[in-house]
Amino acid sequence: MEPNGTQNVLIVGVGGQGVILASDILGVVCMNRGYQVKKSEVHGMAKRGGVVYSHVRYGAQVLSPTIEPGTSDVLLAFEPAEALRWSKYVKPGGTIIVNSRKRIPPAACQDRRMDAPTRYPQGIEQALRGQVGDVRQFDAEELAVEIGDHRMCNTVLLGALSSVCEFELQDWLGAIAASVKPKTVERNQKAFLAGRNAQFAAMRDSLPSEKCEMSRSVTCLDAPEIAIHDSWCKGCEICVVVCPQACLKMNERNRAEVVKAEACIRCMLCEWMCPDLAVRVQ
Amino acid sequence: MATAISSPAQVLLSGNEAIARGALENGIRVATGYPGTPSTEILESLARYDSEHYVSWSPNEKVALDVGVGAAVAGSRALVTMKHVGLNVAADTLMSVAYTGVRAALVIVVADDPGVHSSQNEQDTRMYARFAELPLLEPSDSQEAKDFFQLACEISERFDTAVLLRSTTRLSHSKGMVTLGTIQPSRAKEYEKNLNKFVLVPSNARVRHEKVVERTGLLREFAETTELNRWEKGSSEIGVITSGVCYQYVKEILPDASVFKIGLMNPLPIHRLRNFAASVDRLLVVEELEPVIEEQLKANGIQAEGKEYFTRLGEFSPERVRAGFQKAGVLPMPKAPETAGAAAAVKENLFRPPALCPGCPHTVPYLVLKKLNALVAGDIGCYTLAVYEPLAAIDTTLAMGCSIGMAVGLQKGGDGTRPVVATIGDSTFFHSGIPPLIDALYNNVKITVVILDNQTTAMTGGQEHAGTGKNLRGETARTVDIATLCKALGAGFVEVVDPYDVSAVFRTLKSAIQYDGVSVVITNRPCVVSPATIRTTPYAVTAKECNACQMCMNLGCPAIIWTEEMHEGQHKVTIDPVACMGCAVCGLLCQTNAIIPLAADPARRTV
Repeated sequence: MEPNGTQNVLIVGVGGQGVILASDILGVVCMNRGYQVKKSEVHGMAKRGGVVYSHVRYGAQVLSPTIEPGTSDVLLAFEPAEALRWSKYVKPGGTIIVNSRKRIPPAACQDRRMDAPTRYPQGIEQALRGQVGDVRQFDAEELAVEIGDHRMCNTVLLGALSSVCEFELQDWLGAIAASVKPKTVERNQKAFLAGRNAQFAAMRDSLPSEKCEMSRSVTCLDAPEIAIHDSWCKGCEICVVVCPQACLKMNERNRAEVVKAEACIRCMLCEWMCPDLAVRVQ
Repeated sequence: MATAISSPAQVLLSGNEAIARGALENGIRVATGYPGTPSTEILESLARYDSEHYVSWSPNEKVALDVGVGAAVAGSRALVTMKHVGLNVAADTLMSVAYTGVRAALVIVVADDPGVHSSQNEQDTRMYARFAELPLLEPSDSQEAKDFFQLACEISERFDTAVLLRSTTRLSHSKGMVTLGTIQPSRAKEYEKNLNKFVLVPSNARVRHEKVVERTGLLREFAETTELNRWEKGSSEIGVITSGVCYQYVKEILPDASVFKIGLMNPLPIHRLRNFAASVDRLLVVEELEPVIEEQLKANGIQAEGKEYFTRLGEFSPERVRAGFQKAGVLPMPKAPETAGAAAAVKENLFRPPALCPGCPHTVPYLVLKKLNALVAGDIGCYTLAVYEPLAAIDTTLAMGCSIGMAVGLQKGGDGTRPVVATIGDSTFFHSGIPPLIDALYNNVKITVVILDNQTTAMTGGQEHAGTGKNLRGETARTVDIATLCKALGAGFVEVVDPYDVSAVFRTLKSAIQYDGVSVVITNRPCVVSPATIRTTPYAVTAKECNACQMCMNLGCPAIIWTEEMHEGQHKVTIDPVACMGCAVCGLLCQTNAIIPLAADPARRTV
């Protein structure tokens, strides 16, 4: 994204998928970074399984609450056909992140003539790629189910969005903690990291080795150093449980130990959660 | 509230939340309204503040406005909220409170719905302001929504008038940053009896009408000086007069133009606008919906262009305003669109209309009414969605509470070949369904009234009402029992039925349409999504048992979709276990017993 001018993120999906909450979290992240923010969506009838969208705009000064077609930096689509519906909003050189899990509406299953097909558009991914070079499709629901809650799909997608945004990981995790129900903070953060890491992994695989354009974002991948103050650790195991990357494990003396420092994504959860201040991430 | 605080004083608020905050910062003591998209969240937000102000849902907008007027006459600041069509219901009171004036501020917030996102029309409330001769303020973002509330209170008390504060869907449901002020305690003035002012017998009304004309004159002078109207000097080639959210679009698309932003829409500052017009080579008016500004300019001999480039239809957006300026020749026409767009590559976009939720208790009654070949007068609520295929069981939907009266007309004016049924939700019944039911009973018309009681105001997000046993603050309240009420009105046939019980609904409705007189059938399942999600074991389809008969597909349940497996040219079905609420209705309809609870036999899961 450009450092100057208004930045546009369009989040779209189907009623019930959590589009509005995702955009609320993004709005908080932008505001906490000191930007002016406006976001716009429509409630009411549209939410009953219909099309849901949320425009998020931020920058030094924001005027219109909605995004003009052809000017969105990112389109985050919770559903493939919705990505197609809204793709005209993406600017040349913009990014489309799309959840590959289809939501077929009853309206697509009504033609009862012999051998009539389900009316769902075919070839969506190719069509999107035909318009915008940077299309990232992945199954967010699968990641959410792995975490144990399909409803976390929206946070997984938000994690994927974070991989192309300028904000720091802490900004996101803090905004999630401030926006979701206290009971679900940890699961949401885990889902967020799953989405974020899946994108970083995909990016790393696809980057040409001689050139790395995503340097700012990729800094998060540089392995940080995790230091455990052995004599302070009482072996409660919290850090081991919360680490989304399984960097830590309990050793034979029942103390936490770093086993996979290179996988650390600096989410800070181990440091934050340690009741004995025994963990430091540098 | 879904907001986070960045610094103690700045928060991200929707237009509706900002209006609620404005009410608190200005000592509102009584706030009431009826839910209606996009206005609903104002009172909901207000009720979340722990303060001693009275905040309530009224059964309809007229009652709400009556309550607000009463509070203002008593000497307390009052707020009344509604959507644009709600103002039609409250119009009787509105036209007369315009005569009486107030004793403390009365702010009537009306949220319009340009583009008809969730309404039955897109009428323009600014016309009402002119009709009733009431001042109307129009903010353009969340900060102004809060700030204008203060000005509305001041104008109301200074000019002794109710004030309209107009929002639109885009303002109400957009979030922007708002600097907070201090919450003010509410105060009540001492009561003073004033018969000449507050009793509109004809002799008083004539005098009060003079006062209205006098007040309008004073407001015209005020409009010429108030900071609500702002002249932003720019290029002298193009001048744009605009208001509300359109102001933001204009500033974004023509950053260099001279702009006259109108915050006080009625009455307009004609002298200042005349000067503005004289200062620019070409004058354009950018206003959503009706040409309210444009016509008044022209009536005052000021040359302006507007509706020839900026349509009267639908909601504006940056792209539509840009297209308007292009059409007007202010901006160059765009290059021919590139044909290789994504939408062009795929022939058609997916049609995704809103639908009744999985497990919705309204589904079965409509399925049965379709089977009974009934002529169905529908009403306003979620159940309007039964108009879409495959249910397609509704003949008419007009306005709040219209179903029963229309059914009387359809029966008396029709050919009598089909049974006539009115379907109405619980909240809509309380809103304006009781007088027409009295009409049907009084005149003994042979219709069936189906009251779809899901114990909430579902379409607007699940608000409490007189039948839910709770008030807006969530406290226990008196409950009006619909069946008892109907019996008390004299209905001879009143039956309550469980809408998940397909055969019971069929039997009850069949005997209801045969009844000679008004028959009332009440369905009693609560809404499955609000106030609480009601979910039990999801159901699943055993693929080898499914013979693709499409019976379950007749429900239009969003959880049931086709698979690619075919049986005699028809798609077999599957149930999305995440979406399924476990209502079991599809299982009751299934002729081959292919639909069973998912947990009953994990080995038979199709997912």
